[in-house]
Amino acid sequence: MTLRLALQRLARDSGLELLLDVPSDLELVGPAVELIVESFPPRPLSPHRLSFNLRTALAEALSNAIAYGNRHDRSKLVHVRVVVAVDHIQVHVSDHGEGFDPSTVPDPTLPENREREDGRGLFVLRHLVDDVCFNEKGNAICLTLRAG
Amino acid sequence: MSFNLHKDKRGITVVAVDGQLIVGNRQELKQAVLDALEGGARKFVIDFTRTGYIDSSGLGVLVSLSKKIREQGGELRLAGLNEDLQTLFELTKLDTLFAIAKTPEEALGAF
Repeated sequence: MTLRLALQRLARDSGLELLLDVPSDLELVGPAVELIVESFPPRPLSPHRLSFNLRTALAEALSNAIAYGNRHDRSKLVHVRVVVAVDHIQVHVSDHGEGFDPSTVPDPTLPENREREDGRGLFVLRHLVDDVCFNEKGNAICLTLRAG
Repeated sequence: MSFNLHKDKRGITVVAVDGQLIVGNRQELKQAVLDALEGGARKFVIDFTRTGYIDSSGLGVLVSLSKKIREQGGELRLAGLNEDLQTLFELTKLDTLFAIAKTPEEALGAF
């Protein structure tokens, strides 16, 4: 399956927008992450934040949308929109699921949850990026990474 | 193949993870380790020296493997985490569940 990335220049602030639709197949998470990261301009993120924080955050957001949002239904797409501005980037990832309430996700660091195989995605995301927000329905996430 | 599995001279199973351990390849790692466990291996080192990033699914599979190995009377040690990955283990408190060595040689020497 071929993933096609669309890039467009944003007129207003000379920013860049990257658009990618990913079928709901977990095997595509790695290729989608690489496609986006390799298309990134050298600024505003440092090579280190690009190669670790952005890669891991994208993998988390995509896999959550595929598994919990679209429930692995390959006919449904996960939509990724990355806006690269001068002093920050924003990653928007949305799915076609029912959404969820992020405040109900248990703390994976509590002793009773540490040996669980799942449940760490949102916690990890919050530590990788500068800001995490959701739409009201809970089926779209926006991640902000500031320059540096 | 993003994993390389071999046995050292004392029969300890060493699994090197190349690139990343994420949702798309975690099952491959899990199956390779479970096959070795079923084949009688009990001592394991997972070497992350050449690993760039691990997502929460990758962390989860390590937790699962650690439990399965312990249930069989074995032991899993991790080695070679870079600074970012070490921080990830500390943030998630998984550093309290795993024996983590700086290098694979150190992990092997601890058995």
